[in-house]
Amino acid sequence: MTIKNAMRDHGQRYRPRMACLKKVGSAVLLEMQDPKTGVKSQLQRLVITTIPHAITGEDIVAWLANKFNISAEEGRSLGTMLVALGYIYPLQDHKRLVVKPDASLYRFQTPYFWPAQQWPVEDTDYAIYLAKRNIRKKGILELYEQEQYNHLHKWMNHKWDFIVMQAKEQYRAGKERKKPDRAVFDCQERAYWVVHRPPPGTVSGMDYGLDRLIDPNAEEVTETDLIFLTFLWLPSLSCFLPRVKSSVSIGALVKFVTTHKNHDPFLAQCLPSNPWVTDDVSYWTLNMANVEIPTKMRVERWTFSFVELLEDPRGRDDFRFFLKKEFSGENLAFWEGCEDLKWGAAAGMSEKAQHIYKTFLARGAPRWINIDGTTMEATVRGLKHPHRYVLDAAQTHIFMLMKKDSYGRYLKSQVFKDTTKNAINPEEQKFTDAQLDQNARNRRPSLSPIAIRQMELEQKAKLAASGPVDITQVMSKLSKQGKDAPPPPPPKK
Amino acid sequence: MCDQTFMAITFGPCDNCSTTSPLMNIYIKNEPTNYCSFCVEMMACQGLLKGETLASLKNESESLKKKLEEERAKLHDVELHQVAEKIEVVSALSIKTRRVLKGHGNKVLCMDWCKDKRRLVSSSQDGKVIVWDGFTLNKEHAVPMPCTWVMACAYAPSGCAIACGGLDNKCSVYPLSLDKNENLAAKKKSVAMHTNYLSGCTFTNSDMQILTSSGDGTCALWDVESGQLLQSFHGHTADVLSLDLAPSETGNTFVSGGCDKKANVWDMRSGQNVQSFETHESDINCCRLYDLRADREVAVYQKDSIIFGVSSLDFSLSGRLLFGGYNDYTINIWDVLKGNRVSMLFGHENRVSTVKVSPDGTSVCSASWDNTLRVSRALGMPWLLVLYSLT
Repeated sequence: MTIKNAMRDHGQRYRPRMACLKKVGSAVLLEMQDPKTGVKSQLQRLVITTIPHAITGEDIVAWLANKFNISAEEGRSLGTMLVALGYIYPLQDHKRLVVKPDASLYRFQTPYFWPAQQWPVEDTDYAIYLAKRNIRKKGILELYEQEQYNHLHKWMNHKWDFIVMQAKEQYRAGKERKKPDRAVFDCQERAYWVVHRPPPGTVSGMDYGLDRLIDPNAEEVTETDLIFLTFLWLPSLSCFLPRVKSSVSIGALVKFVTTHKNHDPFLAQCLPSNPWVTDDVSYWTLNMANVEIPTKMRVERWTFSFVELLEDPRGRDDFRFFLKKEFSGENLAFWEGCEDLKWGAAAGMSEKAQHIYKTFLARGAPRWINIDGTTMEATVRGLKHPHRYVLDAAQTHIFMLMKKDSYGRYLKSQVFKDTTKNAINPEEQKFTDAQLDQNARNRRPSLSPIAIRQMELEQKAKLAASGPVDITQVMSKLSKQGKDAPPPPPPKK
Repeated sequence: MCDQTFMAITFGPCDNCSTTSPLMNIYIKNEPTNYCSFCVEMMACQGLLKGETLASLKNESESLKKKLEEERAKLHDVELHQVAEKIEVVSALSIKTRRVLKGHGNKVLCMDWCKDKRRLVSSSQDGKVIVWDGFTLNKEHAVPMPCTWVMACAYAPSGCAIACGGLDNKCSVYPLSLDKNENLAAKKKSVAMHTNYLSGCTFTNSDMQILTSSGDGTCALWDVESGQLLQSFHGHTADVLSLDLAPSETGNTFVSGGCDKKANVWDMRSGQNVQSFETHESDINCCRLYDLRADREVAVYQKDSIIFGVSSLDFSLSGRLLFGGYNDYTINIWDVLKGNRVSMLFGHENRVSTVKVSPDGTSVCSASWDNTLRVSRALGMPWLLVLYSLT
């Protein structure tokens, strides 16, 4: 009465991550075993017998490094993977499945025991294996194997007779083999089980995580999916997408990468120093969100694009200050209100939308923004049934307006010139080894974001409690997530 | 400079049910119509219309795929490596592990950085979610989840909450508190409900919305306060394994990658699948770069000696470097423009599950099945989408 393990099909289909094993199994290992161009093999001397076809760790690493034109370290890593998967097994120290780049001996596993085979690794087989070893010599099982044996004995009790019978058969068949063959087979089998039933405390290379719910290699696509594909997505894909020429797009990509090159801490020096390297947090302190004086690098990023300016809270503050001087702060306030509407909580959304309408869009609104007739009409219509994207068209319009007009003027303005002039360019910090050790010992925790947010909320509450309730202060409360300091109220019109 | 062209989105009454909502532009019997996402799903589930068979639909889909390839090929006038020839080579990187975060009892499955550039949250197979200060190696919070295999975790933009989920099919939000003794599990908010495991989650621009992807083949956008489903995204035919938001000006799109070898770009407002990229099964262990504006694949990152698949990717700040965490326990660093491998990071003792660059680009953190996280350092791209091998 065998209970077939129907759920786990260990064929390649449901083990998607192990699909690479096919590639390893067929190509690389066959090449490695080639008598002429493969890894050099030698004889292993046991007490009386010698067994051929043993290879050393350093030969494996050298061969891999040569074949793939990679460094020795990478070759070692790749070799270790082959051992961890069970394609090659170590002859000494058989429980540690790594490649040691020295004269330690290894051997190729027979294809019968390769991990990419179709049949699942059954507990029954493991039980037979353990029983067989027990028969051969009592007490030979290691502690963890003994525990496994007892466990299997308990829950496979119903077929234990079958298991013992199989074990005896295999033991007898083994005795009839020649001694060298038997030694080799024992090694192979032992290696196989070290891979598939790893000793405690070791990592199993066969671990692949969870099974996929839907078979990724299945040919059958369901009806619903096909309908989706044909009638809905593909037509829209070909027609509605505004595509650009490759040269334009790739050119823009290259431009982005080159302009940002000096700002990438992996490619250029981080001034004053990278906190992870020197354990000195000046870089983070100088670049905090609401710092008074920004660094030169930070200000340079604001010139790259309008989005960069808006995404940096300090940049946005500077821009807001400039707009206040030009008496056109309502554009930015409207944009911020729309962002808050889009990303805010679902509750209270229609009230927010109405607020924004009353403050910015209605006739005679206190902070009236200038958008064209069609957009205004569409927005007003949409507001009859407000949803979070109802102000999208208007927001886009205002965004483009700010980007094409205000942004350009900001970059040429006195406000920006002053900011650039005052921006600091920190010196590169050079620490001696002793100072680095000191820094490492003095690592301090920083202010928790929760505490920062609490402080901001208190500050806003104070501001609201102090002055008269003003529609502009209501708008300042709507500014995004309270992360920014509330903007100064604009002059009364 | 980042001049993303905006997709014209229509709002208004749906042609079918007349509710006002964001609409999807679709073709029914070659007639352009505007349906809301709910009606689209209803229609698809109604089965084959009269006069269609499964075979005819398959043929139709094949011919449309060919047409899509032709459209894409028309604008293909230059290759990335041609343009990249004029750019100077990346100088040799020397990247070292700066911190090793030990403390998880089992495989670390996912991690995310906080916007303050030093805190991070990580989730593990043993059901624990830990918030660390990466800089001081302090564990600030530890949340025990009721399920194992917590495959997704995310840090809120404000730094005041985390979201996580996995085999419990849900995404829960835990508001963090300064009180060390407070039981965070008590204030848990169950936000997302899927019909299968949660593979990825991320907050959008605020703490109030979460985007999730699941093994049941869908992605969904949820409101945190009420747990309401705001939008669902159907179109993958197999498990969806990962997702990422677009850093574009309007911030309205995201990309999801699934087991069906497709990467789909979605519009968050209407639920429409805007673009789709398909890979072929033959190359299963490489990373591909897709240009969203030109709508085609522009580069493939692979090497003979890399036999194993990638589990996670991230760009460096300038977009020049691509960090890939592989199943052979290493991290390979690619030069995005020139296509060659720049460097390799060793050190993990089991496969790398997640790789993320910190928000200011100063370091990269890798989470691995060897129960540790490593933060390494050496001395964001609205166009690009990178698809890693779906192994």
